[in-house]
Amino acid sequence: MDAVKGLGELERTVMEVCWAREEASLAPATARDVSRALAGERDLAHTTVMTVLDRLAKKGFLDRERDGRAWRYRPVASREGYVTELMLGALDETGDRDAALAHFVRSVSQDEIDVIRQALAEVTLEPPA
Amino acid sequence: MTGSALLALVALATVFGAHGLSRARWTWRTPRIAIGLWQALGLGWGVATIGTLLGVALLPYQRGIASGLPSMVSDNAARLDAVHMAALLAAVALTFVLLTMLATAVFRVVRARRRHRALLALVARGDSAAPDALVLDHPGAAAYCVPGVRSSKVVVSAGTLALLDDKELAAVLAHERAHARERHDLVLLPFYSLRQVFPQIRLVGRCLDAVELLIEMAADDRARRHRPAKELATALLRFAAARPGPAPSGTLGVAAADDIPVLARVNRLLRPEPQPRRIRFAATLAIPVLVAVPALLWALPL
Repeated sequence: MDAVKGLGELERTVMEVCWAREEASLAPATARDVSRALAGERDLAHTTVMTVLDRLAKKGFLDRERDGRAWRYRPVASREGYVTELMLGALDETGDRDAALAHFVRSVSQDEIDVIRQALAEVTLEPPA
Repeated sequence: MTGSALLALVALATVFGAHGLSRARWTWRTPRIAIGLWQALGLGWGVATIGTLLGVALLPYQRGIASGLPSMVSDNAARLDAVHMAALLAAVALTFVLLTMLATAVFRVVRARRRHRALLALVARGDSAAPDALVLDHPGAAAYCVPGVRSSKVVVSAGTLALLDDKELAAVLAHERAHARERHDLVLLPFYSLRQVFPQIRLVGRCLDAVELLIEMAADDRARRHRPAKELATALLRFAAARPGPAPSGTLGVAAADDIPVLARVNRLLRPEPQPRRIRFAATLAIPVLVAVPALLWALPL
């Protein structure tokens, strides 16, 4: 279990390096770039970094292209893009209502909003029981 | 003959039952019993409908379904004429479609959840304001649960943390954890897949809506055991007020507050009504009866 958790954290760290490079308009990262960027906070074996990059590419989070003898990895989507994707699913706006997630409150229509605002005002004004 | 007729009657009764139950309000007082009733109704409908078709197909053997089936297999369905054969095919086709769609729904949900979890692992963060939950850095208000066999995850957005105070947030987290603990996603799955099979039939959509609302109410009830009801009620209202829909719903105006699901939930949180014992008893009794009667009609050589 710990190993799995460790790997997930590693993937996240590596993705963050790739995103940061993209934001800084640097060339897509090689495994060596990632190792170097992480050298300060954690020392990882070069092979570990390559494994993580490979896994992320297989999962479809990184695109890779040959550059001489090395691969260069580029994020498929931005961090914000993924957050938006998750939120769209969460807000039930993907148009495809499915049972993958349980929603706290479904979106309500414009004509219902006023009734809800009024109820909220009433409830919050009531002295606590 | 009698068996098929009775099964057809049961199938018809479950449809009318679903019609009535989808409009019922008494179910809100005991959402858990009502959910059980819905499940029994769904199962009873399936068993009775397939049973009716099979019963008609096996009429020439005059031994009901359970004993008629082996007889038919042993003489290679020699006694079936065109009508009986059509009924047999319809029974097989319906069974196949229902099971395949359920399997497809399971597959789609598992795949969507895997993607969702993978993304969460990359972009969600922990936050001391919401212990045991993952936080998404997005200004919109969202709180949901990603159910799973080994680990369920409760997710809230940064917008939710800004919208709610600590107590309201705790109530929302308790609500979401209730979904995860009671595996409400598994309750929804068959109804969701039934809607995939019959997308044009409005009754099926209404059934899904009713079950979804009952599930939310069941989670509200569990959250209320640990947190004051008012905290959850204000959290619900803040959420709904913060999330106007993209377009007005098709409904023309709002007839009664209880027609808005979130207000129905708030009202029962603030003013809970006990279920009369008679109704509770009858509803609980109906659950096994709805499953047992069609099953029995399959077994009897009527």
